[in-house]
Amino acid sequence: MAKELLKGNVAIAEAAIRAGLQAYFGYPITPQTELLEWMSARMPELGRAFVQAESELGAINMVYGAACTGARVMTSSSSPGVSLMMEGISYIAGTELPAVIVDVMRGGPGLGNIAPAQADYNQIVHGGGHGDYNLLVLAPSSVQEAVDLTVLAFDLAEKYRTIVVVLLDGSLGQMMEPAELPPMKPLKTAYPEWAARGEPGDSRRVLSSIYLDPPAEEVANVRILNRWKEVEANEVRYKEYMLEDAKIAVVGFGTSGRVALSAARAARAEGIPVGLLRPVTLNPFPNKQIERLAETVDSILVVEMNAGQMLEDVLRDVKGRVPVEFFARVGGIVPLPDEILNEIRRMASQPLSTTGHPRDRWLKRMPQIMA
Amino acid sequence: MQNEIIIAGFGGQGVLFAGQLLAYAAMDEGKEVTWIPSYGPEMRGGTANCTVVIADEEIGSPLVRNPKAVLVMNLPSLDKYEPLVKEGGVLVLNSSMVPRGVARKDITVVLVPANEIAEELGDRRMANMVMLGGLLAHLEVLPVKAIEKALKDHLPARHQKLLPANIEAIQRGSKF
Repeated sequence: MAKELLKGNVAIAEAAIRAGLQAYFGYPITPQTELLEWMSARMPELGRAFVQAESELGAINMVYGAACTGARVMTSSSSPGVSLMMEGISYIAGTELPAVIVDVMRGGPGLGNIAPAQADYNQIVHGGGHGDYNLLVLAPSSVQEAVDLTVLAFDLAEKYRTIVVVLLDGSLGQMMEPAELPPMKPLKTAYPEWAARGEPGDSRRVLSSIYLDPPAEEVANVRILNRWKEVEANEVRYKEYMLEDAKIAVVGFGTSGRVALSAARAARAEGIPVGLLRPVTLNPFPNKQIERLAETVDSILVVEMNAGQMLEDVLRDVKGRVPVEFFARVGGIVPLPDEILNEIRRMASQPLSTTGHPRDRWLKRMPQIMA
Repeated sequence: MQNEIIIAGFGGQGVLFAGQLLAYAAMDEGKEVTWIPSYGPEMRGGTANCTVVIADEEIGSPLVRNPKAVLVMNLPSLDKYEPLVKEGGVLVLNSSMVPRGVARKDITVVLVPANEIAEELGDRRMANMVMLGGLLAHLEVLPVKAIEKALKDHLPARHQKLLPANIEAIQRGSKF
């Protein structure tokens, strides 16, 4: 199919539809609203379910109910709206149901603003709802990747009976890029044996997250964890740029990853051997790749649009073997390539320390960065 | 090869559409392109801008501090972007809207009375197309023909009757 110029939010919506989405439930919130708006026109036109719920709580619980039928279902929102969904997310995880959630992050905490941010990394990657569960998290950095990962999200959700979150920031939701959409997939006609379909003659199927008997809950927890171990073994995704001979490695995801690519290219043009590792799955995280980097490069720069949330995961993998530095803009500001280039230059020209915390060093530089 | 273009003005001056047209033309020419708007709680009459990056390889950052070219549609945008244009870059100024000149000597300044020309052609709202013409004449990024074709291919059906006037607006602008 030919490339079209598509806005991130619209591209994700249409990709989900073409992946066989049967029901969408949501509530408008900037910078994600175009996604819901596209669904509101397209889903009824195709005879599929679209409901604008009364709130995000309504939307996620509609997703919960619809997911019990084994249908392909999704919702989308932005940071404060996703916070409201956390209870439902935990219930869906506890009931072991496939569902897709798109989170177009904005500046926070609280009501914050509507500008791009990545400050919900911990909430999505390391939990947010209660209980022992993992969300499979995909982080696109371009409109094409957003399309491809949205399609993948539905397959992974069903394969592992898990929630898959497509996690991006407001700038990717709002920007337009050429992208190729997949062909329209026919809607599914076969359903898994656990799905409550209400077919006459079927045995009774109870889907619930309640295990009042603790040993039964323990069995469920272990089953969920074993399934997650399969995800960890099979689904780590990442992209590498110019790392073959790199002495400095930049690690960044989503938009900060692609901004870092511009900085890395500019640094290469100045003769600094720098490369980029861009995690595509944030959970499972590319731990092995980071560990390998710690053996091959002299130093690592983590770039994020939050105050160092993924940084902690990188530090855990690096284990102090090489110096790690950190750069971020927070509160809804997208870093510019020249800011990251300055950090790379600084790392290439100065002795670096492995003592102390990179976040503390960054925080000390922040008054100059913000000026 | 990469070119970055910021288009800035008041909301309602067609700033975002002019950028989208560049993006469509770049895509149709087989280039990599990103279009990103400033978005916020804004309204008609407030400031609006978008950044278009056109390149031959995978685009990293969709935002830049120092763009190769800026299309300035009003005074606040001139104040903001005049210092930021890359050395040797291009600043296209809608002289109908901006009462002052440009101090920088290290960039190409193109003064286009875009509102007057658009009004002559029948509609002030075509000032954005006149400005695009002015840009293409001074920045080797896309041929004027590519923009005209993009306009033909992507202008909504209800606006197709405006096509000849818009194409003339681009051509008039490209004479500056």
